[in-house]
Amino acid sequence: MIQPGLYHILLLSTGLFFIGIYGFLTRRNLITMLMSVELILNSVNINFIAFNKFLFAHKLDGMFFTIFNITIAAAEAAVAIAIIINLYRNYNSVDVNDANKLKY
Amino acid sequence: MNASTIIFFILSAAILGGGLMAVTSRKIFRSAIYLLFSLSGIAGLYFYLDYEFIAAVQVVVYVGGIVVLIIFSIFLTHDVDGVLPKPTISAKLLAAISCISGMLLAGMLLMQNPFLASTEKPIQAGVADIGRQMLSTTKFGYILPFELVSILLLASMIGCIVIALKTRTKS
Repeated sequence: MIQPGLYHILLLSTGLFFIGIYGFLTRRNLITMLMSVELILNSVNINFIAFNKFLFAHKLDGMFFTIFNITIAAAEAAVAIAIIINLYRNYNSVDVNDANKLKY
Repeated sequence: MNASTIIFFILSAAILGGGLMAVTSRKIFRSAIYLLFSLSGIAGLYFYLDYEFIAAVQVVVYVGGIVVLIIFSIFLTHDVDGVLPKPTISAKLLAAISCISGMLLAGMLLMQNPFLASTEKPIQAGVADIGRQMLSTTKFGYILPFELVSILLLASMIGCIVIALKTRTKS
């Protein structure tokens, strides 16, 4: 019977990445777009961990990249939510099509 | 089929199914809960691969932090019973075509690639080893990115306060 290996995990993270891309392209709501970005970042973390586990098991570098990724993703989510709440306060909406004041 | 394979496929089903429902569900609160399932499945995958520290960080930061933050912002900005507008057919179609073609391309490339594993002896890293290498100033230490990330976190914290406290401008 098949044993899950590197290829299975890479296919899983590819699927998750493109699910995130699909959500980012179809959603027009800022909070759901942020959720899609989180899925994309998580698929990248899975890749780092899988490569570290199956190819470079004598090192820890993939683990450090994952830790820094998670930290930066947390900072990014906090700033994004602050911007979304400020946008809602000013425009009463979180739709990307309503946030067009810089355009004109 | 042994237990480890079954666990892996259950975890993959949770990750992919949760992700797919999170990006397609039209109720925003349910979407956040599906995202929670997906992120917990990823934490389970890290446990499955024996990276307990990363799994714990994933649970603390993503499941406990970011999803809670997202749910708070949903409560602040949305009517929870409301339904999100449907994306147009053309947007859905274009996004699906680009995603499926990208997925096929990436899948084909990685199935053709022979990944060569290193032959050195694997190490079992405990939290002490991780901490020692992260704060080491020698060749493979990560002290510089560590300090940079601390500055980034401080900057983003101040930035959040500045942005969120801004009063409404008089037009």
